[in-house]
Amino acid sequence: MHEMSVAQNIIDIVIQHLPEDHPGGVKTVNLRIGKMSGIVPDSLEFSFRVIAADTPGLGNANLHMQFVPLIIRCKECNAESTLDEPFFVCPECGSINVDTLSGTELQITEIELEDPPQEES
Amino acid sequence: MSVITIERKVLEKNDQIAQKNRDDFSSNKVFTINVVSSPGSGKTSILEKTIGHLKGKLSISVIEGDVQTDNDARRISALDVPAVQIVTHGGCHLEARLVRDAMENVDLAKTQLLVIENVGNLVCPSNYDLGEAHKVVVVSTTEGDDKPVKYPNMFRNSSVLIINKIDLLPYLNSNIDQLEKNALQINPSLKVFKTSCTTGEGIGEWCAWLESQVLK
Repeated sequence: MHEMSVAQNIIDIVIQHLPEDHPGGVKTVNLRIGKMSGIVPDSLEFSFRVIAADTPGLGNANLHMQFVPLIIRCKECNAESTLDEPFFVCPECGSINVDTLSGTELQITEIELEDPPQEES
Repeated sequence: MSVITIERKVLEKNDQIAQKNRDDFSSNKVFTINVVSSPGSGKTSILEKTIGHLKGKLSISVIEGDVQTDNDARRISALDVPAVQIVTHGGCHLEARLVRDAMENVDLAKTQLLVIENVGNLVCPSNYDLGEAHKVVVVSTTEGDDKPVKYPNMFRNSSVLIINKIDLLPYLNSNIDQLEKNALQINPSLKVFKTSCTTGEGIGEWCAWLESQVLK
């Protein structure tokens, strides 16, 4: 259960990017999460909400996670394969000489800000 | 609605501190391992045996990570090896910052081998670089042969696998050939040792390899 620590890191980074002059809060924090990142999405969402609720500007923020499959490229036969299980063996030729192309990501990609309240005329 | 592009690693702060740790280890010529496993696999026992084997040959320091108590640091200190305890008070893993704080109490200039014993947990520590040269994952025979399949990240991110408590094999259904096969499917470059802290079997091979890495 390191999701609480991960959520705190996400919020620390988001705060660094919040424009001072923007009156609206954060609407959505977009993440890219690899299948092999070791993150439990429900736990991360729960932890994020707990911390965000007490953080100015993030009280209404949602977490949006884009999941990235585990993809390898074989250095022997050059085949690119998506793995369902984390067995790092080329399904085409059986080689263990493979590079991981994606699936380990744990990144913040962007934040979406709420529109400022419309001023009444 | 405005969108701000960030594209930053969530754990970049930990990685930055880990790199500082690594630089300090490197400038002091300290070889560091981060020992990880589930609770009760025998990390501290292996460490005691390792110290017994290598104490006359290498100067060793230890950083112990536990959720509660300084029991492990006391076990290591009893062997006349300097040990610093990190108590995480519920935290399930060590982070680079905690190790950096503990390093203030480690005499790096007088250390050739630094062993960081992580909190017993096969999930969370795999995400946190501490600045080590190698992660060493320990699995005991009583845990079953499918541990690597259940916790692939840890096995993928480690360089060494120690299969411990092999003296218990006659009493178990555990198949260590299958365990090793499972681990190597996840990480073909794993260096594998099989040990028993009760009989001492395999400890010599592990220590010989470790010593060769330190003196490299």
